[in-house]
Amino acid sequence: MDWFDLNVISGSLPEFWRGLWVTLQLTIISLAIGFALAIPLSIARVSSNPWVSRPVSAYTYFFRGTPMLVQLLLIYYGIGQSEWVQQQWETGNSFWLLFRDAYFCALLAFTLNTCAYQLEMFAGAIRNIPLGEVEAAEAMGMTRYTSLCRIVLPSALRRAIPPLSNEVILMLQGSAIASAVTLVDLTGAARNVYSRHYAPFEAFIFAGLLYLAVTFVLVGLFRFAESHWLAHLQPRSASAKKD
Amino acid sequence: MDALIEYSPSLLAGAWITLQVALLSLILAVASGLLGAACKLSRIAPLRWWTALYTTVVRGVPDLVMMLLFFYGGQVILNAISDHLEWEMIELNAFAAGVLTIGFIFGAYFTETFRGAFQAVPAGQMEAGRAYGMNGWQVFWRILFPQMLRYALPGIGNNWLVLLKSTAIVSMIGLADMTWLADQAGRSTHQPFTFYMAVCVLYLAMTAVSNHVLQRLQRRYNVGVREAKV
Repeated sequence: MDWFDLNVISGSLPEFWRGLWVTLQLTIISLAIGFALAIPLSIARVSSNPWVSRPVSAYTYFFRGTPMLVQLLLIYYGIGQSEWVQQQWETGNSFWLLFRDAYFCALLAFTLNTCAYQLEMFAGAIRNIPLGEVEAAEAMGMTRYTSLCRIVLPSALRRAIPPLSNEVILMLQGSAIASAVTLVDLTGAARNVYSRHYAPFEAFIFAGLLYLAVTFVLVGLFRFAESHWLAHLQPRSASAKKD
Repeated sequence: MDALIEYSPSLLAGAWITLQVALLSLILAVASGLLGAACKLSRIAPLRWWTALYTTVVRGVPDLVMMLLFFYGGQVILNAISDHLEWEMIELNAFAAGVLTIGFIFGAYFTETFRGAFQAVPAGQMEAGRAYGMNGWQVFWRILFPQMLRYALPGIGNNWLVLLKSTAIVSMIGLADMTWLADQAGRSTHQPFTFYMAVCVLYLAMTAVSNHVLQRLQRRYNVGVREAKV
């Protein structure tokens, strides 16, 4: 038998591209919405008021302590099949109809998951802000809100870039479980190609190489972002040293 | 609630499978991690290149894709072998495929953890051991290894917590772990939410126990280290 038949891959290329596109959509959209939600929530997380910080920490405790696959199944099968929600479907309540859609459920699960991880990173970065920066803002007469927007957040977000790059890559890899709820992402496409041709090596190695390629692009982008926004934290090189 | 009580023995049996997968993969991953770290720090260049390739590929490919490749690809290889030797067909077991994949993947993460920890032990410590007349093995076992473990412990803890959660994907190759059993129970009782929630609670409980154990280990290996209090 042939161990690696390139014709299997070339014959299913359009399928792989469509799957890759779904993977990229799921990853980018959930990361972006998760990021937008994580910023205000991270401020709530570091609040000294327990009524504000406790609910956020309960949320991150749940979403960081359980597997994303179970979260996805909980949202897609768990919520969608509860009797109350099915009653809402019958009355034609369009909001709850969304939970019938695997794509929506995957986006929701991924967003909630990545938001929990991102907000803890940002909260950590906010807690570790050098005291002098905050004092300087106060000395300049900034209000708490102004110093938050101009000093604390820009400084914290820059320092959160390295862990954020890790989270982006983990999210790309994590999105592979979308095929558990009938979505045909890159992994789903590979599974279809495998079952049609009974060709596990071609299907999964090619999908793996595509994931690897996207990962390399992301790593490169983050290197660039770090050299751009974290330049002031880099050790000075010998050639730049002047007396 | 009645349904949950009725199915709890099955769910707990699934939790035991999850724990077995996690613990066996941990052993495999720690062993490959130590071997990987030794290769990465070795003076033989090809060994370093192969380990670099290993850690890069593992971090760039989703665990699910790797698991499907091991499970379905492994079956094809087994079939070819049994054909060739004219044996009966051997079926690749999902448990073994799951443990091998997760152990292989986390071996790469442990490689990085141990490499960093070995490098963090000051060279003077080993020189002092030599000066006392210890041989290479004694220096490794009495001086390098215990101190390395102290530096590696936070990383080991993190890797373990991530590993534990990643075991859920073995349900996708049909292994009856707690996620898979919750799926079955949810289908037959029409209460999937209850059962997935129960799985979440079980995972949270395992995480809480692990955190407790890790803290105790940390205290044990940090004996004699003074920490600055701010």
